[in-house]
This record gives sequence, C-alpha cells and structure tokens, in this order.
Amino acid sequence: MSVTATRQPTPDISRRRASLRPSENLVAGALVALLCVFLLISIAFPLYALLSKSVLNARGEFVGLANFAAYFANPILVTSLFNSLFIAALSTVIVIPLAFTYAYALTRTCMPAKPLFYALALLPLFAPSLMSALSLVYIFGNQGFLRWMLFGNTIYGPIGIVIAQVTYTFPHAVLILVTALGLSDGRLYEVADALGTSKTRIFRTVTLPGAQYGLISAAFVVFTLVITDFGIPKVIGGQYNVLATDVYRAVVGQQNFEMGAVVGMILLVPAVLAYSVDRIVNRRQVALLSARAVPYQPAPKKARDLGFVVYCLVVAFLVAAALGVAVWASFIQYWPYNLSFTTANYNFPRFEPNGWNPYFTSVKMAALASIIGTVVIFTGAYVIEKTKAFPMARGFAHFLAMLPVAVPGLVLGLGYVFFFNAPWNPLNIFYATLTILVVNTITHFFTVSHITALTALKQIDREFESVSASLKVPFWNTFRRVTVPICLPSILDIAVYLFINAMTTVSAVIFLYGAQTKLASISIVHMDEAGFIAAAAAMATMIVATSIAVKVLHILLDRFFLARFQFWRRR
Amino acid sequence: MVSESMSADAEQPFLQIDNMTKRFGHFTALDQISLQIHSGEFVCFLGPSGCGKTTLLRAIAGLDIQDEGRVTMNGRDVSLAPPADRDFGIVFQSYALFPNLTVAANVGYGLVNQRWPQRRIAERVAELLALVGLPEQGEKYPVQLSGGQQQRVALARALATSPGLLLLDEPLSALDARVRLRLREEIRDLQRRLGVTTIMVTHDQEEALTMADRIVVMNHGVIEQIGTPNEVYARPATAFVADFVGTMSFFEGTLTASNQLTVAGIDLACDDDRGLSAGTRVTVGLRPEEVRVRDVAPDQPNTLQVRVEDLEYLGAFCRARLRTIAGDVPILADFSANLMRDMQITLDRTLTVALPASSLHVFATPIDELTAEEAA
Repeated sequence: MSVTATRQPTPDISRRRASLRPSENLVAGALVALLCVFLLISIAFPLYALLSKSVLNARGEFVGLANFAAYFANPILVTSLFNSLFIAALSTVIVIPLAFTYAYALTRTCMPAKPLFYALALLPLFAPSLMSALSLVYIFGNQGFLRWMLFGNTIYGPIGIVIAQVTYTFPHAVLILVTALGLSDGRLYEVADALGTSKTRIFRTVTLPGAQYGLISAAFVVFTLVITDFGIPKVIGGQYNVLATDVYRAVVGQQNFEMGAVVGMILLVPAVLAYSVDRIVNRRQVALLSARAVPYQPAPKKARDLGFVVYCLVVAFLVAAALGVAVWASFIQYWPYNLSFTTANYNFPRFEPNGWNPYFTSVKMAALASIIGTVVIFTGAYVIEKTKAFPMARGFAHFLAMLPVAVPGLVLGLGYVFFFNAPWNPLNIFYATLTILVVNTITHFFTVSHITALTALKQIDREFESVSASLKVPFWNTFRRVTVPICLPSILDIAVYLFINAMTTVSAVIFLYGAQTKLASISIVHMDEAGFIAAAAAMATMIVATSIAVKVLHILLDRFFLARFQFWRRR
Repeated sequence: MVSESMSADAEQPFLQIDNMTKRFGHFTALDQISLQIHSGEFVCFLGPSGCGKTTLLRAIAGLDIQDEGRVTMNGRDVSLAPPADRDFGIVFQSYALFPNLTVAANVGYGLVNQRWPQRRIAERVAELLALVGLPEQGEKYPVQLSGGQQQRVALARALATSPGLLLLDEPLSALDARVRLRLREEIRDLQRRLGVTTIMVTHDQEEALTMADRIVVMNHGVIEQIGTPNEVYARPATAFVADFVGTMSFFEGTLTASNQLTVAGIDLACDDDRGLSAGTRVTVGLRPEEVRVRDVAPDQPNTLQVRVEDLEYLGAFCRARLRTIAGDVPILADFSANLMRDMQITLDRTLTVALPASSLHVFATPIDELTAEEAA
C-alpha cells in the first residue's frame, strides 16, 4: 500500500499548476489569432486588393466590369488569351503521355536504376522555369547548333515556349502519376490474369481506370503551371504574347494596374478550377483503394523492361540536356565560335549592376523563408490540428492556409503590389524590402507545406494531447518534447521545399523586389533582356547548384542523422 | 483537493454527474445522464458501439465538454474545467505512449512537469514499473515492447501522479485474447490494492462482469441499468440489458393475472410481473442455463414438452434449440456435457423441461419493438 495512490503530491503543487491552466487556452488562442492575422495580411487582403482593383478605374472609382469589357475589346490582348490557352493545351497534351509512360516504367516494370531515373525526371524542380528556355536558345536559337532542325522556323515563339514548358512541367506530372500508379491493387491484376485477360485489356480495364484520377489531376496541374508561368515566355516567347507577359508589361512597363488586375483575375480562373478538380479527384482516388489492397509487384520481363529503359534513357537525356546545355554554355567563351572553357560568365559585376549580390540575396531570402516559414507553418498546423480552443478561428485559419495553392505566383505578386504598395497602407514601408519577399514566398508555397505538416500531425496518436492534459503538462511541452521530434523528417521536408522554391521562383517576386533586394532569378531575366545570355545561364547554374546541394544535404541528413538519432522508430 | 477529500463526508459520492447531455449536430450522444460513483469503486460503462459510453468518459475527463449538465468531483464543480484542472489519469485503447521517449520518460512525463527532483522521479518511476510488472524495462522504447507491455506502461504513466480517478478507455480491446485475460486480472488486482476510483469503458460484457464493482449499461445515450454484475445479469432492468449481457431467448406473451402470463397458449407463472396489469402485452425472457431437465415431473407448474431441434456443440456444454410441442415456441437451452450424457439428449428427442418462475423475466417492451431495434 505504501506504493502509490494515496495521493501524496502536495496540494500546493496541483493548485499552482491549476492556476496556470487558463493560460494554455490563451496561448493556443493567441497562436491561432496570430496565424489568422498573418494569413489575412499575406493572402486574403492582397487577393481582395486585386479583385477590387479589377473593378475600379485609375482614379479608384467603381466601374463594374468596364475593365473586363475594355480588355475583351482589345484584339491584341484577346490574342494573348488565345495564345496562352493554345500553349497550355498543347503542352498538356504532349507532357501527359510522356510523363505517364515514364511513371509507368518507374512503377510497373522491373527496369534497373529506377531511383536514378526518378531523380533525373525531377531535375527541373531545382531550376527556375526559364532555365530550359535558356538552353533552347543555345540549341535552336540564332546561333544554335541544331537550328537546321526547325526548317526555317524560329525557336522564339510558340515552338520554344512549348518545348520549354514540357521540360518544366514534366517532373510535376511524373510526381502525380507515380503516386497514382503506385496506389494499385495487385490482386486485381492476379484476378484478371487468372481469368485469361489479354495484356491490352488489362491495361484498358484495370491500369487506366486506376490511374484516371491521377491523369486528370496531372493534366490540370500542368495546364495551370503553363498558363501562369512567366519566365519561359519572357525568355523565349519573342513576339508571341501570352497572358503572363501581358501582365508584366501592363504593370511594370505601362503602370496600367487596372489592366494588370483584369489579366490577373483571368489567370486565377484555371488555377482555381485546377484546385477544385484536384480536391474532388483526391477524395475519389483515396476511396478507390481499400485497406485490404495488396500493392502490385511487377514481374521481370526482358523485352518490356528493355523497351522502357530505352524510353526512359531518351526522355531523361532530353530533360537533363534542357538544363545541362545552359550549364555547359555558362562555362563557354563565346558560343558557338569559341567553345573553350571560361569562368568569365560568372564575373557578374560585368553584366549586372548588382554583381553577385542578387545571388546572396536569394540565398539569404531562401534561408529566411525556409526557417521562418517552417516555424510558422508547422506551429500553425499544430494549433489547427491539435488544440481545441476557438474552433471557428481554427477553421478559418485552415481555410486561409488552403488558399495560396489556388493562386498563381504572378497573381499573388500583383495582389501584393496593389495591397502593400497602396499609399494608405502603413505596411507599405515593407514594399521592396527583404521582409516582403520572404512573406510573399512563404505564402506562395504555404499550402503544400501546410498539407505536409497536417499529414504528419494526423499520423500521430490524437490522444497525446489528452494524455498530456491528464498529466497536467501544457501542450507546448508536449509539442516540444514529443510532436516536433516525431515530425522532424516532415519538418525538414518543408524547410527544404521552401528553400528550393524560394531559390527558383520568379513569378511572384518580379513585382516586389527593390534595388537592394534583387533576387538571382530576377537577375537572370534582366541579364537575358540585356543580351547577356551566358551570364544569365551562369546565374541559373548557381541557383540549380545551390538547390541541388541543399537537397543532397537533406538526403544525407535524413539517411544518417535521423537514422541514428531516431532509432526509436524501428524495433 | 486532498484535504477536502479526507474530510469529505463518507456518504458523499466521489464523482457525481447530473443531467449530462451532449449532442453532435442532430445526434444526441448523451441524453440527461445522471450518475454517482463512490470513492474506491471500479465502475464499468458497458454498451454497444455508439451508445455514448466513451463520450461520457471524455466528458468526465473534460476532453469533450458536455452541452448541458454538471460534473462534481470530490465535492468540487468541475463541469467546465479543462482536463488539467481535474484530478485523473487516463489510459487509451491505442496506449498513446510517446514513441520517442523511453519507458521511464513516458512514466515520468507528468512528474517532470510538477518539478519533482530527478532522484525522486527515478525512484517513483522504478516503483511504478515494478507495480505493473515491468521492472528494469525503463530504458527501452515503446516499439521494443509487446502490446500488453505497452499498455502496462500506459497504466503506470496514468498512475504516476497518484490521481484520484483512473479512466480506462477500452484498455484491453487492442490486445489479443490471452494477454487480455491476464491483464484483466492484473488491472483489477492493482485497482483493489491502490483503492483508486476507476471507470472503465468497454463493449465486452465478460470484461465488465468480471472486473466491475458496478456496471452502467448504456444504449442510445441513456443509462439502461446501474447495478452490480450479479444484479445486471440476474435481474436485467430492460430487455436491452438482458440481451446485451449474456444470452436470453425472448417470447411474446400476455399477462393474465398477477404474476401469471401466457405464451402461445402456454400458461406460466413468473415471480415478478413488474406490477403491470393483466392483459398487457409483454416480452418474456429466459436465460438458456435456466432451463431445467433433471427431476422434472410433468404435473409440476411451468413444465412443458419440447422437441430438440438442433444441438450446437460448444465444448463444455451444448446449446440446444428446443421447440415447444404446444404453441411451437423456440427456446434456447444450455445443457452441460454431464446432463447430455445422463439424460441421453439427442436430436429430435422429446423432453419435459421446467422453466422456474424465478427465471422468467417480464419486460414491458413488446417484442416487435425489440426486434425492430435489432434490425436497425
């Protein structure tokens, strides 16, 4: 009996603890409130500013849909709209079969070196979108060594845009389709086989239906990426106008904010559509696979596997070439006449008034966005998912957190211009500072990180908080001692995702930088505009090298550090 | 709180719940629940899934606050208090052990926060681990333990701060049958030794019958019966309780006079007609083990002729499906292997059986309402 339960902890301890109790709710509430304020300022108000700007005239008077009417009355601008739709549709039609076959090879064959092929397909994720456009200029441009292949057509226009977009969107499509094809029930194939079904019929009746939601989702994502991408048409579009370059010209060139807002609103349509389709599709995809499904295990088949190796080699080579040529060219003396090695193109002060500064600004911005963003997003996801105070506010915060993914970078950037540059807004002191670039970047990539954090948090036993409460341990102690250590791999994922995207993004920040805060990706656009293509390629190479270095570091950390210090994960 | 409980009147319940109601949208999970639990008692909330037992437990813990009603713990109104302001330890079906902390750190989790000195925490943790039968296991991580061992650790963690109330939310459901039986005894033994007031939620009637001092049988958010295991089993208050706890055959009957009823033309006497008036349609329940075959003379009251329609072999005994010759009423009966041999009970034999008046349970619910509910 001496052992326990005769409640010996002194009463004063429990009383002192008890008096601390209401503050737990207060802290949770304050965190939710902070998150709501952050998201209101960083996404809701800028979006509202864009919306209102599109229905106001230059003097700020309400004009209804007059701006839209003016837009559609302008044949040049309407041409851009059709150009954009055409480019996006064509790129989608090309990239989806390419990516599907590639993903099929990765998931449904016994081809060798799958991880390597997967990594190669994902390479473009580490580069700014316009890097492949720079490569195309070297390959097919006026001095390109394969220019003859175009039969007199120019690469500066729809051909170049589409090829570059296919390269840029390929990894996004592969990622989605690998997931879709990976979620398969092997038993269905065994049943079909046992019934003597032909291979083509199995493909038609089992494989395709299983992957159809992935295909739909990938198609919408690619279409949206293409239609809202700014870097590629800027570099290789020539005289071929698209919506994204129209916005840039209207806002930066002509200071025509109303027209910029109208185009921004139009760009919002496919993105919102893609987002809605993706949400519906995701729900169905999950329902497709029962808990008892057994993953499909491909059996080796020489001829098929060899065929897919050849296919993947060709595609991976093209993807690698689309980035590699720019890297190569950045070390070339004078393309294509003097191919000797040089590092002169990395002497940025020769080409860019800010010299190397844009690169360091980018690294600094990416590091800040990564660290601050991870803290904000993970803590935010935690209070939304695991605390119980203020259910309405938490629901609202979650809604706001899910918004940014439906807003293309260019549109978000425009919203920031309208909101943060407004003379009435006291926050306009942040305009063109590093702060706004960091906030913008965190917001731009908020949703994916938020979902990653939520997914990790949902996998943790939901009773941890209940247990802590019963033991009178405040939630922040459990957050620190248990939740964060358990979620460390996901936290690292988020940090790396934010860093790499911060390094490569162009579209949102192009409206927001200042003389002192020019980023590397923007510097590429400027050097390319000024005709210093080799220097632009050199800067792009710096970005890719940095992104890949961070990713490699991430993998090493994951493999060695986590494996060593998180042995409690395994038996 | 401690001094309060010491000086508290012995008659005062440790935990009192008054008119507790909890709704989820249009679904009423708890409907006007009132309940008293005394200090040192082991109480089981028993019922099918969705009956509200877990909701009630979580409301007592303060994890999901009720919409209406009052919770009084140790004389203190804690109706709206957050969990940390209530004095309890809790164990979940999923164990909910922190995977990144050692067993010792898990058990000492609540103590660290109370600013106990390191040495005292270590002593206390060792003491608790010995108590739950896991001495020397403190340095291991939860994944290195079996399910039963993990649940012991969870129990030790819940007891670490010496709470006045121990809440167990289906603690044995995730374990396999043998471990479950052993841990059942251990928990009961531990609870007796420590004298800690305990509430356990379970859907397993056997668990409730073997472990509890009192059972609270719940269905559709209301309490059907509160009583000792014996009361609940032998004198079920409602047809639902009779059906959920143990096995019972039900027949449609009509009361004919005081403690007299008729089932399909057979006149039977019962001990308790619940004061219902003659002519009332009732449901009559009978436990299979109450059907008597030995020493039955046909002229005794409550005897009838039955035919053995089916025999289901269940090891130590046989469950027989009998059908009355007169009236064609099906009856379940359990016959021991002994009885089967002695009385030479085989398929299609005709037997004379007696249904003791004390074993006929009368319920006011008409049988068609009962079966309609089962179908739903």
